[in-house]
Amino acid sequence: MIGSLDQSILQQLWWILASIVGSLFLFLTFVQGGQTLIWQLGKNETEKSLIINSIGRKWELTFTTLVLFGGALFAAFPKFYATSFGGAYWVWISILFTFIVQAVSFEYRKKPDNLFGSTIYEAFLFINGAIGILLIGAAVGTFFTGSNFVLNEYNLVKWTNPLRGLEAAQNIFNISLGLFLVFNARVLGALYLLNNIDFTGMEEFRNRTKNAVFHNFIAELVFLLIVVGGLLTMSGFHVDPATGQVMKVPFKYLKNLVSMPHVLLILLAGLGLVIYAVYVTYLKDRDNGIWFAGIGTVLVGLAVFFTAGFNNTPFYPSKVDLQSSLTIYNASSSHYTLTAMTYVALIIPVVLAYIAYVWYQMDSKKLSQEEIESAEAENY
Amino acid sequence: MIDQMDLSLVNWARAQFALTAMYHWLFVPLTLGMSFLCAFFETIYVKTGNEEWKNLTKFWMKLFGINFAIGVATGIILEFEFGTNWANYSWMVGDIFGAPLAIEGIVAFFLEATFFAVMFFGWNRVSKGFHLLSTWMVAIGSNLSALWILVANGWMQFPTGMAFNPDTARFEMKSFFDVVFSPYAISKFSHATTSGFAVSSFFVIAVSCYFLAKRRHVLMAKRSIAVASVFGLIASLMVAFTGDEAAYVDAHHQPMKLAAMEGLWDGTTKAPVVAFGIINGMKQPGDFQDPFVVEFKVPGLLSLLANRDPGSYVPGINDLVYGNKKMGIMGANEMLEKGKMAVKYLAEYKEAKKAGDMQRASMALQKFNQVKEYLGYGHLEKPEDAVPPVSITFYAFHIMVIVGSLMILVFVLFLISTIKNTLEKNTWLYPIGVALFFLSFIAGQAGWVVAEVGRQPWAIQGLLPVAVARTDIAASNVKLTFFMFLVTFTLLLIAEVKIMLKQIQIGPKEVA
Ligand code: HDD
Ligand code: HEM
Ligand code: HEM
Repeated sequence: MIGSLDQSILQQLWWILASIVGSLFLFLTFVQGGQTLIWQLGKNETEKSLIINSIGRKWELTFTTLVLFGGALFAAFPKFYATSFGGAYWVWISILFTFIVQAVSFEYRKKPDNLFGSTIYEAFLFINGAIGILLIGAAVGTFFTGSNFVLNEYNLVKWTNPLRGLEAAQNIFNISLGLFLVFNARVLGALYLLNNIDFTGMEEFRNRTKNAVFHNFIAELVFLLIVVGGLLTMSGFHVDPATGQVMKVPFKYLKNLVSMPHVLLILLAGLGLVIYAVYVTYLKDRDNGIWFAGIGTVLVGLAVFFTAGFNNTPFYPSKVDLQSSLTIYNASSSHYTLTAMTYVALIIPVVLAYIAYVWYQMDSKKLSQEEIESAEAENY
Repeated sequence: MIDQMDLSLVNWARAQFALTAMYHWLFVPLTLGMSFLCAFFETIYVKTGNEEWKNLTKFWMKLFGINFAIGVATGIILEFEFGTNWANYSWMVGDIFGAPLAIEGIVAFFLEATFFAVMFFGWNRVSKGFHLLSTWMVAIGSNLSALWILVANGWMQFPTGMAFNPDTARFEMKSFFDVVFSPYAISKFSHATTSGFAVSSFFVIAVSCYFLAKRRHVLMAKRSIAVASVFGLIASLMVAFTGDEAAYVDAHHQPMKLAAMEGLWDGTTKAPVVAFGIINGMKQPGDFQDPFVVEFKVPGLLSLLANRDPGSYVPGINDLVYGNKKMGIMGANEMLEKGKMAVKYLAEYKEAKKAGDMQRASMALQKFNQVKEYLGYGHLEKPEDAVPPVSITFYAFHIMVIVGSLMILVFVLFLISTIKNTLEKNTWLYPIGVALFFLSFIAGQAGWVVAEVGRQPWAIQGLLPVAVARTDIAASNVKLTFFMFLVTFTLLLIAEVKIMLKQIQIGPKEVA
């Protein structure tokens, strides 16, 4: 059944699937955002502990989504996986390091005899939340600004910049995209805490968290404007569908949005939802803003990935050798593999369903001070 | 295909992969087995309703969680290291190899990640039954992740279900089921998981022995040992059985590895197993030196292991390098020549196609197709390069087998003492239990050394040598990250061990 689909349909389908996983990851970075807020919002041990235990119960989910994003790209677009991870070596290694130290920090921070002391583990969490997300954003930025690689006739990669990917961080657009994601994560983090913690008797802590939503949103807006401004005015990479030749054309991404109005709509809806979330939280004092901002973030993410990959656009362009650029059509797995993977992907709804069910079971009661201070408690 | 071979790059990349994989495997065996042991303990708690079993479960879960966190930290590196260290590999076999990794994420890691939170923080948030289910889901999820990664690894040992595509210059999948149900995938999965169960059972036994020796938490320790020794005994019998299967599969698909495991240089019928031996490290392929300095052989046993027939012929390293006409074995020397031709025709095909000369291209392709299965050998310099490091493989294999036999014995001892209720009296058993924990760890690492060092120089057996699989990057980068990993993981390991020891010292909560 699936096997009779056209290769190009499967390629588009897998770009959509990868985009969904990537965008869900961006939503789940509320964990990373929360990590950067520990010191700022937690003024005493109880408050810190509430923050850490609240986001800490979700860290594995975020982490696993990142792993799956990598795995899905490997399976569906192996040429991207080989080119980017092997080429932009230092960006990825740096990102990975921030995730290594994150993985142990929740578990080890409060345990006696933990070698480094809790401050260091909190610093690890901060680094992961700030640097890790910044670099991921910068790496995504190269989908638009291009990278420095050449593929030979056997499709093997050579990187032409000795910084091996870290050069992406020298570009204002890439950095702004990274900072946009960092501040968006912080907005999400604060919104999640407002929703998940029982603030009874801690009004001041709650106000601090509420204010954080607003302040980080303002910072986010600044970088959002730079990103959107850059995206709409920059010249971008275009592939001629007839010849397969890649060239640079002015206002490429603006044109993409105009010729794919549904993507523009997704983008605007996403941004609108994030703004709405901040509005209901800050002015209406509601605590469910995370859901609006979360869905908004997913939509923005989808719009970004769709703009990068569809409408005859190479999603991983090379600045130094235009013809080496990767499109979803030349970087994908074979028809057979995409078919097999699509069958496997049929179980994704089941996975999402049990995640949703467990999430509901675990979060239906807010996390309270009594709970983490009770003798029975298992805490981070 | 490759501009120049940078040996030091390849060796740093290998060292780095080995380092991170071996660190990962410090934690994974405990995850695989402890998750099931926790599920057993909790099942008993739910069945009996006895709070003591709950405290016992919570104690082992705490140790499980400490181990799990660092297992995850080391795992993420491996996932992306295929790209960072082995970019050419990722392109050339990604069409096949990427799939199991992605499936692992979809079907296994999410099970673990989702239910892990319930297992630790859900005691008062979900029903007893749902909590128990979650604990089982974590166990199933972690073992499913082992399944898929071992499918991937099994495919590297025995590439099947695929074909080379000269236009993209990569291997492409032709049969998903051949990949998933390859004999390697099955033997590796059953062997590696059961060995993890055995290691974990010894972990429980070792910690419990410590409590018995201190006369603390005696009842809890005895209960833990009862469960662990039954689980461990079954697992260790399975380890021996599946290990034998692994050797049988090697004999048929990686005969060079099997020859290295037993230090067999010249093929023979009634081939022996060397029960104990010291290798002559100077021996080279084709020379006439004695392979061993000291050796005790059991004749016919290797033939039995390899072909289920004690009189059968098992090829040696020299036969596999230089060929053996009489036995109909093609040597690496001949394959190398054909491989060089394959490389040449492939280049010719590419060149002709680029120039638009379709006729020459199709002729080159025809010639290429006749020798294409030797393409991998075309990248070797000389036939002797096909030989893995013999002494490492030999010693690693023997350590594993000796420990494997000991394990069974010691589980039996603990089980008997449990049944006769003499655990408190038999204090001499305690150091043995602790020692076996460390030995079983070493055996597991040794097992991977056999599997991975024994398949050198191949990243993909017969198809892709390690030197071609690598990323094009200056060695200094990889060297730097090697040391970054070494320092980071070692510090984290020290932290983990300290935390673990402290928690063991604190011990489980006792019902007042
Ligand atoms: C506690 C650990 C442990 C113990 C006691 C044993 N093994 Fe093992 N062995 C492993 C842990 C392990 C492992 C770590 O799980 C390996 C590495 C690769 C794999 O799939 O499993 C392995 C690999 C491995 C291989 C290589 C498979 C390949 O080529 O990929 C063979 C031939 C054996 N084993 C055979 C045995 C035999 C005959 C044993 C005798 C009892 C034995 N092992 C005990
Ligand atoms: C976690 C358990 C594992 C351990 C302890 C382990 C051990 C090793 C060792 C010792 C080497 C170095 C061999 C040498 O250079 O002589 C190595 C290399 C390698 N292993 Fe593993 N391995 C493990 C699992 C895996 C798995 C599951 C895969 C694939 C799915 C894999 C893929 C590789 C690759 C690609 C290399 C580098 C290329 C090579 O040297 O062949 N390893 N591993
Ligand atoms: C014998 C080989 C391996 C087995 C049995 C195995 C099994 C496991 C298990 C049980 C976990 C759960 C966490 C923990 O370790 O405590 C895990 C984590 C992980 N493993 Fe491995 N692994 C093996 C080798 C590898 C290799 C070669 C890779 C790279 C492709 C890999 C990638 C990962 C990743 C990314 C994680 C963290 C994912 C998460 O839970 O979020 N593993 N592995």
